[in-house]
Amino acid sequence: MTTNPIARLFMRTRRGSPIGLALTYLVLIIACIAAVYPILRVASVSLRPGDRLLSTDLSIIPPDATLDNYRAVLQDTKFPNWLWNSLIITLSTSFIGVMVASTSAYAFSRWNFTGKKAGLIFLFATQMIPAAMLMIPLYILASRLGLINTWRGLVIAYSVTAVPFSIWILKGYYDTIPTELEEAAMIDGAGRMAAFLKIILPLSTPSLAIAFLFNFTQVWNDYLLARIMLQREEMFFWTQGIRTFADNFRTQWGIYSSASLIVSVPVMILFLFSSKYLISGLTVGSVKG
Amino acid sequence: MSSLTPDFMLRSLGNVGSTILTLLVAVAVLEVALWLVFSKLLHSRHALVIMLLTPAAIGLAALIVYPLLFEIRLAFSNMSIRRFKNPTYGLAQGWDNLKLIFTEPVLKQVKFFPILGRTFLWTFIQVSFHVTLGLGLALLMNRKIRFRGLFRTLLVFPWAVPQIVAILAWRGEFNFQYGYVNILLRGLGVANPPQWLTEPFWNYVAVNIVNIWLGVPFMMVTLLGGLQSIDSTYYEAAEIDGASPSQRFRAVTLPLLKPVMTPVIILGVIWTFNNFNVPYLINQNELETSDILVTALFRAAFEYNRYGFAAALALVIFAILLGLTILYMRVTDFKPVMKAGLSQAAGERRRVAAKAAGGQR
Repeated sequence: MTTNPIARLFMRTRRGSPIGLALTYLVLIIACIAAVYPILRVASVSLRPGDRLLSTDLSIIPPDATLDNYRAVLQDTKFPNWLWNSLIITLSTSFIGVMVASTSAYAFSRWNFTGKKAGLIFLFATQMIPAAMLMIPLYILASRLGLINTWRGLVIAYSVTAVPFSIWILKGYYDTIPTELEEAAMIDGAGRMAAFLKIILPLSTPSLAIAFLFNFTQVWNDYLLARIMLQREEMFFWTQGIRTFADNFRTQWGIYSSASLIVSVPVMILFLFSSKYLISGLTVGSVKG
Repeated sequence: MSSLTPDFMLRSLGNVGSTILTLLVAVAVLEVALWLVFSKLLHSRHALVIMLLTPAAIGLAALIVYPLLFEIRLAFSNMSIRRFKNPTYGLAQGWDNLKLIFTEPVLKQVKFFPILGRTFLWTFIQVSFHVTLGLGLALLMNRKIRFRGLFRTLLVFPWAVPQIVAILAWRGEFNFQYGYVNILLRGLGVANPPQWLTEPFWNYVAVNIVNIWLGVPFMMVTLLGGLQSIDSTYYEAAEIDGASPSQRFRAVTLPLLKPVMTPVIILGVIWTFNNFNVPYLINQNELETSDILVTALFRAAFEYNRYGFAAALALVIFAILLGLTILYMRVTDFKPVMKAGLSQAAGERRRVAAKAAGGQR
């Protein structure tokens, strides 16, 4: 690995040599610009009036900024329908996914049964399967069952997509909750299931939220399965729909950009607030406790 | 007037809602049946475990295990758009598919091994850039700096924005004339900037640039988490012993970062190897020279409609991926990590947590 120059920079300036410190800030600022600029460009283009969409101007806030593109995307296109479709399907499938995962994870966390280790390894292995590989049989099976161009097939498929990973996350979290808590409740006469519902689930709210968020982002950002299952424009997911704007690019760059911003801003706010917890949730099972 | 009418909203809500309701009812009926059979009839101690596991097991069996088995069957068929309803199955067909994969072009021009090589190159480039840049940024962020929260927020932008949005925006920016990539290059004095979307070599470069941009934040954040969990006394001890900065990096940072680094590298390799969105969507003109294995697989199945052939190709790709992972687990000592994840650490944590809970009582 060739990280030594970076490492040296880091170490030598540990006690704060001014040049090293300035270099650190410089590198970080350049990295921030590289990370943010492409997204700012989208925001910038979305504010431009129609006749200046294709221009070689690089300024972020155009002098003649206007919200026309936003009005156009919300009124003249099917974009609101696509957002609505995505929203209801994503919310409902995430809910089912977390429900299914939370109960299975509890079994994996508290009982020893034959096939437990194999089950966990299987869950891990599912992460290795290329999505494109699963699409072929899913498409053929769905078309035989008449599920193409219906939401039924999609809802069922999406309910399961994030289950393996959610089970891993939740099992890791349940493992940190002492069994004494449930045992105490059961001595007081509660059944096992009541103990789970009344003690373990409330205590696991943070990791349930992480699992929900993970399900949500997986489905919300999915393009592949939706593209295979849905062919009628009014049923589209936003990911498919937004691509139709970008494909006849010359005419709809402004609409594309404002649609992008409409989907991105809420998701990014959600993400920026939760990413810290997301990471701790992901590593709780793999790093020493 | 917007096309999102109350009528449309209600109709789609009803559509999705009825499916969800059907699913919930089916699960409830199943659970009652399981309870009757295992608890009342067989008096099994494991009734509850079975009830807890069954919904997930059925879901995964129906949507992962069964499709994969079906795919294996498909690999031994000549199913295509013309033979969609009545394909022939047989060992001979499977053998033919296998021969086709290695002797004929996968799509129209490029054969299997060049695509395989390109996929390996792509995986190698991506993971090394992600890890190097991610680790570099994490090391800088781990210093005593001001505005760390602000830097962190800005640096994770590429990860936070929905992937499709970012990819399609980048594709626009690779436009020869109006994209800022070429505007910047021209500003720097490059007279003839590359045609990113049509020249094979530059398209491959473009795909790589976009994915590096997308993948660094995840590495940075996970590795920063790992760095922050390293106790500073290790560094102090090393310093007292007179270790130079690079010695400290090699003797303290890298080994202690390994438990975090090994799993994220494995995940990184798998995710990159399987990455579909970036190579597929950036490659607007469908240049076969930018395809990696999974995008070629998708095109073979859904643009050329050669389902039997594509299924066989999928199995070959999966075998390669499996071999790689096993090899990597052998070379690095991933097993202890995996095992720790499975049982040991969990047990330890539970004991510690139990102690803490006991102490509080």
